[in-house]
Amino acid sequence: MTFLDNLISPYYTQVLIFVGIYIIMALGLNLITGVTGQLSLGHAAFMSIGAYTAALLSIKAGFPLWASLLSGAVMAGLFGVVLGFPTLRLTGDYLAIATLGFGEIMVVVFYNLKITGGALGLSPIPIKTNLVNVYLLVVLAVLVMYRLQHSRFGRALLAIREDEIAAESMGIHTTRYKILAFAIGSFFAGLGGGLYAHRVSYIAPGDFGFMKSIEILNMVVLGGLGSIPGAILGAGVLASIPEVLRGLRDYRMLFYGALLVAMMVFRPNGLLGGVNFRRLVLRTVRTLTGDRRPAGGDKTGVRG
Amino acid sequence: MIFELIVQQLVNGLTLGSTYALIALGYTMVYGIITLINFAHGEIYMVGAFVGLYLVTAMQWNLLAAMAGAMAFCMVMGIVIERVAYRPLRRSTRLSALISAIGVSIFLYSLMLLIRGAQPTRFPKIFPDRMLSLGVAEISLLQLFILAVSALLMIGLHYLVQKTRVGKAMRATSQDYDTAALMGIDVNQIISYTFAIGSSLAAAGGVLVGMYFNAVFPLMGYQAGLKAFAAAVLGGIGSIPGAMLGGVLLGVLEMLGVAIGLSSYRNAIAFTILILVLLIRPTGLMGRQIQRKV
Repeated sequence: MTFLDNLISPYYTQVLIFVGIYIIMALGLNLITGVTGQLSLGHAAFMSIGAYTAALLSIKAGFPLWASLLSGAVMAGLFGVVLGFPTLRLTGDYLAIATLGFGEIMVVVFYNLKITGGALGLSPIPIKTNLVNVYLLVVLAVLVMYRLQHSRFGRALLAIREDEIAAESMGIHTTRYKILAFAIGSFFAGLGGGLYAHRVSYIAPGDFGFMKSIEILNMVVLGGLGSIPGAILGAGVLASIPEVLRGLRDYRMLFYGALLVAMMVFRPNGLLGGVNFRRLVLRTVRTLTGDRRPAGGDKTGVRG
Repeated sequence: MIFELIVQQLVNGLTLGSTYALIALGYTMVYGIITLINFAHGEIYMVGAFVGLYLVTAMQWNLLAAMAGAMAFCMVMGIVIERVAYRPLRRSTRLSALISAIGVSIFLYSLMLLIRGAQPTRFPKIFPDRMLSLGVAEISLLQLFILAVSALLMIGLHYLVQKTRVGKAMRATSQDYDTAALMGIDVNQIISYTFAIGSSLAAAGGVLVGMYFNAVFPLMGYQAGLKAFAAAVLGGIGSIPGAMLGGVLLGVLEMLGVAIGLSSYRNAIAFTILILVLLIRPTGLMGRQIQRKV
């Protein structure tokens, strides 16, 4: 770690760590919203559950980092099951509405609970998150997500996204799959929350409001729904844009809002939505090696 | 004593709830027609409050004229927002329209933050602090005004939607978008009307709430927007009477919650009720049953 510290200035280290944390959380939401097609507007609530659980275990029980992170993530996943169980049986926008409500409720609960420090928040949380452990977890998350999406489970989720009734008639237990996907996605949000808490050392309920959920959703939609490289790109771009726009000072959020509208109007499927990566790579390799055969289509239905 | 307290909170809740209802109507009408959760709606309400405030203080208009001015301004704003940010996305996924709406919302409140700063501005006192006695409870002149204006606007809306040609076209479009277009309804125009009406109601709500809480600030649309949305869903999203009922109900329950000592959980009350109701009646209190078709 020390040799990395000398290579990268603390400012860039901080930005890169946040990008990594957002990639993990965006991958989680991508599984729920991108792959399974269930809109969640409360991802930050699961992030906050992970953050508070991990932070409390570190401070009060002296857990090592990995144990706190894991407990936080598992706790977020459990809450995912609890919230998903009644709401995911329904079709339509009910998950969106329930998660939105859940997010607002969690903020109020954290404001009022004694153990989480109420409005004052929790501090000091030991600073243990660094570039190495964040990016190790990013690689792990990408691998897990890739394996998940290209498994029987992932194909079932895609089928649910494309047509729930057809999926059901093919023998897919849609409710169980949706709850599982939601729980796994929430698990990753909780993991990101734990990493976040151990980086900033101070967390308060206001950090995890509706706008934070929206921020993560923007990353997934901007990158391209259902696309793992898309979620990574979206998180990378949107987590660093506020830093890039810092020169604009007060006009920063104004530009951010206008940029969101413009990006959606001109690229409604996201930056990488509908891009088939295997095909892209194959084509590039063939062009480079001078092979003129047309690239074979990947018919598995995984968009990009 | 307890009874009087409850009746008093009922009056307060009714006032608050009727403003929620005004905002919720915009959510429900837009959702009913293009199934978009218009997250910029709370910001339209905020802009409406600011325009009303400006007309009352800087231009010295009287209150009703200022309110009409704010409604007209937001009407145009609603139409422009739909043209610029939603219409190009009509045929793409619903999520991209949702993100676009969030972009508009961020844009609008950041713009107001730049112009006015985060500090709340006070609304000049128009109504004297006189309380009218209702026997067991009291109602202020301002509360009476809010109730009267909201009721009038809602009756007007009901008339517009149920009795006029435009209203008929709106109902047809919300029932079946494509068939309505085939029947010769200019769907784009109807959507513009819907945004115009919804936005003007939100503007009226903004001016009323600005007076009621005596504060107008750029972030006022955030909580109010979320709660009004909750109200719309509670009543059954897409249903106009549902939005009215949901708004009033949430306002009353919120004030009763405060009365029994839950004031620090005030912002969670609306959403807890919402989730509980959805578990029992997923289509909301007055929502249509949706037929699942293969």
